[in-house]
Amino acid sequence: MSSDRSLVQIAFYAALIAALGLVPRIELGLAGGIPITAQSLGVMLAGMMLGPVRGGLAVALLLFLVALGLPFLAGGRGGIGVFYGATAGYLAGYFVGAIVVGAIMKAMRNMNVVFGAVVSGVIGGIVVVHALGVPVLAYKAGMTMEKAIMVGSLPFLPGDLIKVALAAVVAHTIARGLPSAMLSRN
Amino acid sequence: MISLYMAGNSWAHKLPARVKLIFLFVLSLLIIPFNTLWFSAALLVFVVALYATLGRQGLEKVKVVRPLLWMMGIIFLVHVFLGDIEQGIIAVLRLLAMVLLANFISITTHMEALMDAVEPLFRPLRVFGMSPRRISLAVALVIRFVPVLLAVYASLQEAYKARTAHANSWRLLAPFALHAIKMTDHVAEALTARGGADGFDRDKK
Repeated sequence: MSSDRSLVQIAFYAALIAALGLVPRIELGLAGGIPITAQSLGVMLAGMMLGPVRGGLAVALLLFLVALGLPFLAGGRGGIGVFYGATAGYLAGYFVGAIVVGAIMKAMRNMNVVFGAVVSGVIGGIVVVHALGVPVLAYKAGMTMEKAIMVGSLPFLPGDLIKVALAAVVAHTIARGLPSAMLSRN
Repeated sequence: MISLYMAGNSWAHKLPARVKLIFLFVLSLLIIPFNTLWFSAALLVFVVALYATLGRQGLEKVKVVRPLLWMMGIIFLVHVFLGDIEQGIIAVLRLLAMVLLANFISITTHMEALMDAVEPLFRPLRVFGMSPRRISLAVALVIRFVPVLLAVYASLQEAYKARTAHANSWRLLAPFALHAIKMTDHVAEALTARGGADGFDRDKK
């Protein structure tokens, strides 16, 4: 039973990350209408809900499907091509990021959910993703690191911080309404 | 869901998926030292010519790079500001060429063939008790879940629109997650009721 459940949950979060990339952008009134694609929100949620192992597997499964040619990345991108593009590092960042988010969430399972979600989201969902994404962007696009940070990191930080806040809200709701679904804390 | 695959019977469709993948991998390593404008341009022309061999329909598939164009634009502009236009052109040409080349595989290889080609890579996972069969099931589940999730979100959106006249809000995310997680519980139960992820293995019983 439990292994069927894990399988379905991993597949589900992979689908959630894909669906969040396909959902029309959520305009945030409170942040001056910054349009954000919610894909990395899904990555954070996978780590927060499933913990490091299953969260990482969910992202790996999604990336596998993308490599097989399904248009599951934000904006309907897919195919092996994306792994040769300039943003390939961010995809690796999603994978490692989900693992880190899950590990931190697990380590902080006795603390407040919102606090744990914010800490894990900022470290795993932002720092790790950018730390892997920016150097690859710099290399692939032939830029210096400073330039790559200017183009590939800073413009996304406000949106990423909002996503961490949203992930924390969702984590809080689920921890209250459906605590059994917070596998990282059980 | 629409896959990138284009049905057809060209030479590229007939080539085994594994050969195509290995070719892509080897080529991506081989081109690293050749960093000139002419080489990058020739590479792009070569890749577009590959598309052209598939006929007009194939050539139209070159459009898959359209979502990447704004990013290419930014990369190019950064190089212009750095005062090295040539490096900018080279970087954009190579990215376009490699992305198109990789997509060429997605376009000419059926998903199942691609899965069969990468299956040996999953064999080591058997050590962790993950059978290739479970991976196929997970793949099928994701493909089925995505449209269902989009439908769940759309129905929440409709209800929200009726209440507030706004089409979309971050407030929908938490109920969306709750709804969707409940749904996975049902799917997991249904799967167990039907014999579990590994099915009824006749050889074992």
